[in-house]
Amino acid sequence: MTNTQTPLIDMEDISIAFGGIRAVDGASIDLFPGEVVALLGHNGAGKSTLIKILSGAYKRDNGTIKVNGEEAAINNPRDAKAYGIETIYQTLALADNVDTAANLYLGRELMTPWGTLDDVAMEHSAREVMGRLNPRFQRFKDPVKALSGGQRQSVAIARAILFNARILIMDEPTAALGPQETAQVGELIKQLKSEGIGIFLISHDIHDVFHLADRVAVMKNGQVVGTAKVGDVNEDEVLGMIILGKCPPGAIPGPGAVN
Amino acid sequence: MSDPAISLDRARSSELGIVARFFKATELDTRLLGMIAALVIIWLAFQFLSGGQFLTPRNLWNLSVQTSSVAVMATGMVLIIVTRNIDLSVGSILGFVGMIMGVTQAEFLPRLIGFEHPATWIIALGVGVITGALIGGFQGFIIAFLGVPAFIVTLGGLLVWRGAAWWVTSGRTVAPMDSTFRLMGGGPEGSIGAFWSWVVGVVVCIAIVGMIINGRRQRKRFNFPRRPVWAEAFMAAVGCVLVLGAVAVANAYYWPIGIVRKYAETNNITIPDGGLFISHGIAIPVLIAVAAGLIMTFLSTRTRFGRYVFAMGGNPEAADLAGINTRWVTMKIFIIMGILCAIAGAISTARLNAATNAQGTLDELLTIAAAVIGGTSLAGGVGTIAGAMIGAVLMQSLSSGMVLLGLDTPLQNIVVGLVLVVAVWLDTIYRRRTA
Repeated sequence: MTNTQTPLIDMEDISIAFGGIRAVDGASIDLFPGEVVALLGHNGAGKSTLIKILSGAYKRDNGTIKVNGEEAAINNPRDAKAYGIETIYQTLALADNVDTAANLYLGRELMTPWGTLDDVAMEHSAREVMGRLNPRFQRFKDPVKALSGGQRQSVAIARAILFNARILIMDEPTAALGPQETAQVGELIKQLKSEGIGIFLISHDIHDVFHLADRVAVMKNGQVVGTAKVGDVNEDEVLGMIILGKCPPGAIPGPGAVN
Repeated sequence: MSDPAISLDRARSSELGIVARFFKATELDTRLLGMIAALVIIWLAFQFLSGGQFLTPRNLWNLSVQTSSVAVMATGMVLIIVTRNIDLSVGSILGFVGMIMGVTQAEFLPRLIGFEHPATWIIALGVGVITGALIGGFQGFIIAFLGVPAFIVTLGGLLVWRGAAWWVTSGRTVAPMDSTFRLMGGGPEGSIGAFWSWVVGVVVCIAIVGMIINGRRQRKRFNFPRRPVWAEAFMAAVGCVLVLGAVAVANAYYWPIGIVRKYAETNNITIPDGGLFISHGIAIPVLIAVAAGLIMTFLSTRTRFGRYVFAMGGNPEAADLAGINTRWVTMKIFIIMGILCAIAGAISTARLNAATNAQGTLDELLTIAAAVIGGTSLAGGVGTIAGAMIGAVLMQSLSSGMVLLGLDTPLQNIVVGLVLVVAVWLDTIYRRRTA
């Protein structure tokens, strides 16, 4: 990655506090087109919170978010989506009682000229996009509740890529998947990358991260310990960043680094 | 060696073949079907116990009119319960808004535009609907934007609006109502007669067939699998038979002899030897309830608003993250509930020909019971308008049947209470099996 390019996303000095606890404290992070940046850290390090600020689920106390170099006003999930930021949440955030098509289009339903829901058209494109992700998927009439964990995950992923996202946030996208489906998601990430989409990947699986990501950013206690290109650090060094907050020589230290 | 479990399973599926294939092809809601079956059983039981007095045109017609008020409110209660809220204030809102409408037409408007002015009824109804919408919006605002639980807000509303109904006239009953307004309450005048009943029936039949054809055309657009033609034809036929059957029953209930005599006198008709038979036809309150049911069904299944209501019930957080303005949707639901309370208030005030401060007392419980018996899950996300309306008919059938049998009121309450609990218990079992 050349840093002369304009970053797709540039989050600067982001802070948020919940009742006195600074969940994210002066964190800065950027993402370039066609790049996968992995966010690492312990539970409670502030990764999910930082990412939820970008997706509009939380409102930041401080800091600026720039999309394509221009300051973006992201105050709710609708704003984020308007900037082409799509999120696959760890909890999947699916409405269990409605079917796949309704979930894919939730909040952005296709309408007939009379202003009613165009269920048939929605089911049509649901079949198309699900056919790409999970060709054996057939249960379009069932509520999402009735689907398996992997199928639910593919619905959540399909929802994120259905609307021509430019920035994709994946919070533990393979947590509920078997080995074969995990590999499929890996393939999907590579494909999306080649289309110039920037991806933030939150994962606990360090092997996964080294396999898929271009850069890693490590967080601890709400602060960024450091960022590094995957080629410049090894897995042990990254573990050291996560556990001890120690920044190895190959990484660019952030405010959270020890010493 | 073949797996015995698999072969057994195959044998069973071929055994159930016809029935299973029938349900799959018609895509019938088996739950709704079960409710209708329960209703039929209750009706037949009362028919048997009362010695043939229950399933008469007269009783069924009265049953339909008595159900309308609660049925109208139950359609709104479904949306409220689906979004994991509750509304305990509907009976009190009905009472208060009924009082407002009563005072408007009996005391306020006569001074302004004169007694029995042709516009009185619509002004009174309009005032009621606006009042209902404001009350619902006010409660909805507190629930959605100030974050007070619906149970508490509407429990407060239960007391506040009942008290307010008393304050309007210091407890005095207001009567009589405007004669046009009274048509909303039913009775011989407030029914549309044989001819128009048939017209309504035929129009509904055409609509049923049209909807089925449109559905097929929609699915054809994208080459989706369609239901077999015989299944579609079967559904259309059942729908039309039910509608026309209901019209025939309503038309088989004739005006009482005294009213016929008065009518004949004022219109200079001589009554023939065999007697003059004038059909009631469908009662106007029933038409209002059916219209409310259709509009609410349309809202909940065909519009964005309805989709959001159900998504919010299934997973409120997901709805929020999908960018749905969940607070505003919640407030809208309560506004709709307020409007429906006003319409129900108009029906019951018109039927009683008076507005009293006790009107609608305990209706909130009947409304919630109707919605829950109709398959609305208190856990949220599940429920149908049609189910709630059938639930309302079921509740009303029980109480009117027991009145017919001459059961004491305390015993009636015991039976209704037991039926409510047993119905929800059976539903829980059903859901566990099908889940």
